[in-house]
Amino acid sequence: MKVETLVSIQNVKKHFPIRKGFLQRQVATLKAVDGISFDIRKGEAFGLVGESGCGKSTAGRTLLQLYKPTAGSIFFEGEDVGKVGRVGLKQLRSNMQMIFQDPYASLNPRMSAGAIVEAPLIIHRYGSKKKRKERVRELFDLVGLHPSFMERYPHEFSGGQRQRIGIARALALQPKFIICDEAIAALDVSVQAQIVNMLQSFQVSFGLTYLFIAHDLSMVRYLCQRVAVMYLGKIVEIGEVEDLYSSPCHPYTQALLAAVPIPNPVLDRNQEEVVLEGELPNPADPPSGCYFHTRCPKAQEICRREIPEFIQNSAGHGVACHFAKLPE
Amino acid sequence: MEDLLRISNLSTSFFTHEGEVKAVRGISLTLKQGEILGIVGESGSGKSVSMMSVMRLIPDPPGRITGGEVWFNGRNLLALSEREMEKIRGSEIAMIFQDPMTSLNPTLTIGFQIKEALKVHRRISEAEATRETIKLLKLVNIPNAVQRIRDYPHMFSGGMRQRVMIAMALTCSPKLLIADEPTTALDVTIQAQLIQLVKRLRKEFGMSVIWITHDLGVVARLATRVIVNYAGKIVESAPVETLYDSPRHPYTLGLLSSLPTMTGNRKKTLYAIPGQPPSLINLPPGCSFAPRCLYATPRCSETEPSLNQIAEEHYTACWETVKTKGVLKRIDE
Repeated sequence: MKVETLVSIQNVKKHFPIRKGFLQRQVATLKAVDGISFDIRKGEAFGLVGESGCGKSTAGRTLLQLYKPTAGSIFFEGEDVGKVGRVGLKQLRSNMQMIFQDPYASLNPRMSAGAIVEAPLIIHRYGSKKKRKERVRELFDLVGLHPSFMERYPHEFSGGQRQRIGIARALALQPKFIICDEAIAALDVSVQAQIVNMLQSFQVSFGLTYLFIAHDLSMVRYLCQRVAVMYLGKIVEIGEVEDLYSSPCHPYTQALLAAVPIPNPVLDRNQEEVVLEGELPNPADPPSGCYFHTRCPKAQEICRREIPEFIQNSAGHGVACHFAKLPE
Repeated sequence: MEDLLRISNLSTSFFTHEGEVKAVRGISLTLKQGEILGIVGESGSGKSVSMMSVMRLIPDPPGRITGGEVWFNGRNLLALSEREMEKIRGSEIAMIFQDPMTSLNPTLTIGFQIKEALKVHRRISEAEATRETIKLLKLVNIPNAVQRIRDYPHMFSGGMRQRVMIAMALTCSPKLLIADEPTTALDVTIQAQLIQLVKRLRKEFGMSVIWITHDLGVVARLATRVIVNYAGKIVESAPVETLYDSPRHPYTLGLLSSLPTMTGNRKKTLYAIPGQPPSLINLPPGCSFAPRCLYATPRCSETEPSLNQIAEEHYTACWETVKTKGVLKRIDE
């Protein structure tokens, strides 16, 4: 099978100015995303994980041009997203959609569920009114909502149902690429599995490509083919899920994996001892050298001074650490 | 060991325009000294409301404890006057919540708030209270405790705020700590730190803990015994190893099968429990899980099963397990 790249992110940076005082002078820069590069292949599910504040959501939003990147380029099917202009961007956006974490905050409470799902169809001038209604009905059916629910308002739905509306809206324009920003994090366990299975079946039936932004590492392992781990705006490790979960190279990835409680008391007690000390440093004032050195159990003098280079092996497993050894 | 807390047949309802929401429908449990009890359930399963009822913190109206008894240390908490209850809250039973920001006063320093708690319960001098506050903050691993007592809540991260809450809960060395989803909003790394902290505190002070969560992983790491709630009732109760090794209620089984694992086969489709939890206003007759249950028989939708002992310390409310006496076939096999 030929590997085709759908989205290519090249050295993307997103810096936010921090302004203070009456004149709103810029006093510092928050480097939310600080030079990340990766490719997302057609038809795959790519996971982006890290602690809150590591820049994973900003990365997702920058990808969709909801934020203008400070530097770097994003290519969608070979086209530079930053250079297509307003009309071109609207075109592109019909191919790139997003599902949000909080299905309540991301649905307009004054619009009926049907109108919410229809909105993208109107914006992108999809057919006549009758055709649009048909499409909405089709979408409701697809995500497992009864067509009579079209008249209801968001507050009348449960969390899982609301997320289904969000998914129907994202699918309305038959996109090629969907970013799921913590899309299942707020759902109950029994509903989570329903939504996950649905997203997976759509991946196959519509040939969708996903970017899963998540903090739930066990879900990412299950859903994704490849995964990147972010720390303070940089990617510290990237690789196939199989490789990264079985032989994590970066100390941060190792600690992150060990922190996930396993729903099995016997297995869990074996791994519990590695607890990562401290918290994520202030992203506006990152540490010198390797950003992780303040919490790293293996940190040496060199880690305080020099930023480690990003190295990658032939299997695409990459890591940024002075002491990590990649498997051959 | 002695029972510290014994709840029998506790029921709590909320009276709304749409009708009576039966949030807790007859819960009975016991908690031993030094035990960490995990209460698992989805939203609306009554796990928080049952513990808020124990603390008598149910807003009335619309809520009301409609029945049952809560025996704590030889006293029925539900029969106490509000003033007597106030003495128990904080000094004998402490509670921490999911969002520490809503439990802390944003206009007062952390040090002031902890000192206030100390002074209310212990009648000590200002200087002593300050010393004690610093000691408590160090106990919950807050770095630079001496400087940080002058900081305001917003200057702390989520994980640190939760530590402050724990420190505040410890001001009177309570016998029981009730934690309502305290790590749900936190990162896994911070969650791991807090779990370790609570385990250590339990060992050092012999404190009992009730930990409410929806995360079966957290319970596996922390609890000694687990209770699974569904639609306001306990459906299964067992020691932690037993529950994960041989769950006997179909709901517990379904929950465990619907989780992705860090070690298992990742190509397999997750089991999804069909349908939605029932509305607590119009509960189906019979077992409330029956409409979603793979093993349901006609009897299940007619008569509600009660919590029965099926093995030592293992209880389940299910007609099928009672009948078969064996382990239900695991869904993932």
